[in-house]
Amino acid sequence: MDYSEKVLDHFANPRNVGEISDADGVGTVGNPTCGDMTTVYIRVKDGRITDIKFKTFGCAAAIATASMTTELALGKTLDEALAMSRNDVADALDGLPPVKMHCSNLAADALHAAIEEYLAKS
Amino acid sequence: MKRIYLDHAATTAVDREVVQTMMPYFTETYGNASSLHSFGRDARNALDAGRQTVADALGAQANEIIFTSGGTESDNLALKGVGKGHIITSSIEHPAILNTCRYLEGHGREVTYVPVDSDGMVDPGDVESAITDDTALISVMHANNEIGTIQPVSEIGSIAKDHGILFHTDAVQSFGKTEIDVRKMNIDLLSVSSHKIYGPKGVGALYIRKGVKIKPLMHGGGHEMGMRASTENISGIVGFAKAVSLAVERFESDTRHLTGLRDMLIAGVMDSIDDVTLNGHPTERLPNNANLRFAFVEGESLLMHLDMKGIAVSTGSACSSASLNPSHVLLALGIAPEDIHGSIRFTLGRGNTESEIGYVLEVLPEIVGKLRAMSPLAAG
Repeated sequence: MDYSEKVLDHFANPRNVGEISDADGVGTVGNPTCGDMTTVYIRVKDGRITDIKFKTFGCAAAIATASMTTELALGKTLDEALAMSRNDVADALDGLPPVKMHCSNLAADALHAAIEEYLAKS
Repeated sequence: MKRIYLDHAATTAVDREVVQTMMPYFTETYGNASSLHSFGRDARNALDAGRQTVADALGAQANEIIFTSGGTESDNLALKGVGKGHIITSSIEHPAILNTCRYLEGHGREVTYVPVDSDGMVDPGDVESAITDDTALISVMHANNEIGTIQPVSEIGSIAKDHGILFHTDAVQSFGKTEIDVRKMNIDLLSVSSHKIYGPKGVGALYIRKGVKIKPLMHGGGHEMGMRASTENISGIVGFAKAVSLAVERFESDTRHLTGLRDMLIAGVMDSIDDVTLNGHPTERLPNNANLRFAFVEGESLLMHLDMKGIAVSTGSACSSASLNPSHVLLALGIAPEDIHGSIRFTLGRGNTESEIGYVLEVLPEIVGKLRAMSPLAAG
């Protein structure tokens, strides 16, 4: 399978790995049975994402898309982050093999779930 | 970067001696084995000698060996060639068997898939219980391609013989790595392939016990005793035969070498990494197979990290291939899908060294640690 250089870079050197212990929002998407699961943690200040971390169980594409998603979302307003689509993530990685496109959904969905959790309790 | 190949169950490099042996059959002894002139006779002699070599390695007679294009064709010829009746097979067969069975089911044939235990072993009692008045063929692989478990084929062969049913075994993975004697093991049909034993790709054979009636897949000239029309691939067959004789010659030293490296790898991984499980049978397994399951991580990520270090392995989770479904073999062992995803297959070869395994053991703990640190499934 051919992964782009960017995918391989984000896979080998993922950005923003980890947890935020007192996160303002947490979103988890996927399940281990299917072979991929991503959790995104966000901290929000004045309507912007000021800190973001992720944890992923999954293939190289799942890890790379989660890493790229956190990089794209950091500093964005909640509305901008909610508008981020799977294609934005895949494009930022110079594309994904077709069979791996669902991975980009996973990371964007986890981000959206984290934002929604924050909005629901604030 | 130094590259380390640990995927010999997928394919092997052609041995240089094999290549040397093949070379004259492209440019000098290039005749058609069906021709009556000297060019043809030379090709025929090479073909006959190759057939005898393969037959000897299996305890068969030369006229019981049909050369094919490889393991998949051999399996298709055996299963489709039997023509009618109920088939019994196992749930962990190679796709060449399973998908042929599904094709035959689509054409009205009944197939029973017997289960395996948690080590991947077929219970011969289950095979016997599945026999009906209509059963024509039992097909159980000799050794599994993913987990290396070696099946009790002798016992299954006896059962088949007692019931007057044909017994086929796919020996693509075991040939050259375990003893095979088709007479002693009561095998009627047996598939082998060249490229798994340091021979060229595109050639294999089906042993068909004398007296067993098989319908050919290919129709044309009367090649291969009418069983496989198509001008014989003489260079490929000569290479295959050379690979077979090398495998026979080196059997004991290869087995000792591979078993030593395999056990070094398994013990080394178990010692340095927590929450690792060996997939497949602890002792009844191929000398070159170590299929290991790493909890909390996904196999393709492990594979990719190893690839970045120059180490080539294969994953039990088919996420690395076109399909996203977990391995049917590991599912049949009763392993939970989330655990299957963390399985990696290391298959060793004649050319691997202790220092290569040492390098794997050096880099693997860090890779697993890194992936576990980012896994939401790992505690802490």
